[in-house]
Amino acid sequence: MSEHLQHEILSLLKENSRLETEKIAHMLGESKEKVEQIIQELEKTGIIVKYGAVINWQKSEKPKVSALIDVKVAPQRGYGFDALARRIYRFPEVRSVYLMSGAYDLSVELEVDSMEAVGRFVTEKLATLDSVMGTTTHFVMKKYKEDGVILDDPEKDERLVITP
Amino acid sequence: MNLEEKLSPVVKNLAPSGIRRFFDLVNQKPNAISLGVGEPDFVTPWHVREACVAALERGMTTYTSNQGMPELIREIASYLNRRFSLNYDEQEILVTFGASEAIDLALRALVAAGDEVLIPEPCYVSYTPCVQLAGGKPVPVPTYAQYGFKLRAEELEKAITPRSKVLILCYPNNPTGAIMRREDLEPIAALVKKHGLLVISDEIYAELTYQGRHTSIGSLPGMKEHVILVSGFSKAFAMTGWRIGYTAAPLPILSGMLKIHQYTALCAPITSQMAALEAVKNGLQECEAMVSQYDRRRRLVVKAFQDMGLKCHDPQGAFYVFPSIESTGLDAHTFAEQLLEEEEVAVVPGDVFGPSGTGHIRCSYATSIERLGEALTRIERFVNRKRQLLPKRSLG
Ligand SMILES: Cc1ncc(COP(=O)(O)O)c(C=O)c1O
Repeated sequence: MSEHLQHEILSLLKENSRLETEKIAHMLGESKEKVEQIIQELEKTGIIVKYGAVINWQKSEKPKVSALIDVKVAPQRGYGFDALARRIYRFPEVRSVYLMSGAYDLSVELEVDSMEAVGRFVTEKLATLDSVMGTTTHFVMKKYKEDGVILDDPEKDERLVITP
Repeated sequence: MNLEEKLSPVVKNLAPSGIRRFFDLVNQKPNAISLGVGEPDFVTPWHVREACVAALERGMTTYTSNQGMPELIREIASYLNRRFSLNYDEQEILVTFGASEAIDLALRALVAAGDEVLIPEPCYVSYTPCVQLAGGKPVPVPTYAQYGFKLRAEELEKAITPRSKVLILCYPNNPTGAIMRREDLEPIAALVKKHGLLVISDEIYAELTYQGRHTSIGSLPGMKEHVILVSGFSKAFAMTGWRIGYTAAPLPILSGMLKIHQYTALCAPITSQMAALEAVKNGLQECEAMVSQYDRRRRLVVKAFQDMGLKCHDPQGAFYVFPSIESTGLDAHTFAEQLLEEEEVAVVPGDVFGPSGTGHIRCSYATSIERLGEALTRIERFVNRKRQLLPKRSLG
């Protein structure tokens, strides 16, 4: 299977996961069946993990609260970063967990319904884990760009309606 | 005092642009989806805009040399060589206010009263008026849908007379999206040499060539001394508003053009030159990303028109499709006006670009996939409705 085609399909779906298979096929000059088959393979092999939407919660009626939490860890014998990360990422309110270089070890992104919920998560769930030495919580005040998409004022189409 | 009478006869007699009239109609429909826009829907890549801001911060607010900034000229020469196998010395390149100024300069530098300028049509709307302003005589050369709107030696030869001096080529073409491959250009080049013509080759859409690379006519053997290359940054780098372009030509001709430019323009704006420098040095990757997006839309649009039963040659360049709407029983102007009225989609009637465009419409796909999809749905609805009004026997 052509790597190029696979890449083209991925980049189209990354841009808009609701794009119909038929439209993708037309855009790439391929048959619908072939595109369908490639997408199924991409799903099966876990290259396509999930279809979602980029949401600007700040505009919704029930805005979400996001926080980034720096976590300092004391790794224990036989109990490394991975094991701790796994305990953290299983909480559904955790959106992402990264192992970082630098002043702290894990970066945890939280998305919940209220500021209280952030506080509860940190004090009750995170800080109580054995190897967690300390946490610093940063609340997100405004999101300008998320997942490659600008949420701020997008650039308007300033073109004249008809030009030569 | 009748001030209109004071206008010079050439200016008074210039035909008003067919696009202008249509523009006023479309402007009354603020919610219309316009497929009538001849410029990229992308904004200029950020690194290019940023380079301009940085130049301003450094206080770059002066004139430059008439010809343009040496570093920019060097980069243009290198770019033309890498991308299109063209060999221009630095003295053979001039930075202009867009391809627009370059076209005007070339015509004014070459054309004397009564000289004939061959213009394959349908074509960009500026050529004929610019020839008239230069005192020349525009001679249209038809191209045909059945040949994919390519210029053929047959039609060109018929139009050549002893007074023919210049041929204007524009491939990839606005409005048809036609391109000329090397084998299409060869017979044209042969005629140019045989009749000692000069070619003004407007290659502003060169980067927007799908399925293969653009061939520049000046790169054909023995053609460099016949060609004035006109190009710019507007389309490839999404920089229409910067008003920056360039021209390359053999030294004697370039010197003539430079003479006019130094008295009428002095130099291209320094801020735009700095942005263009960044674009030509570091912008090709973003250019290619835009081109691949255009290509996807192009396939989608061509397929949609074919599925509607509108004949549509495969446009392999620029960002226009040029389907025939004759099967709807409407002429292009009626089609465009009714489509705007009934479905709020704007397209440009093909004959605005010359009589060969009769029965066609120009649709630009420099619009987001979402809006394109919606526009195509509306056009299909419209076309089906119009077909039902046709007498039965003319179907098919
Ligand atoms: C064929 C053609 N030539 C030249 C131009 C003008 O280009 P510029 O913005 O560089 O003046 C256009 C713009 O639409 C065009 O379509």
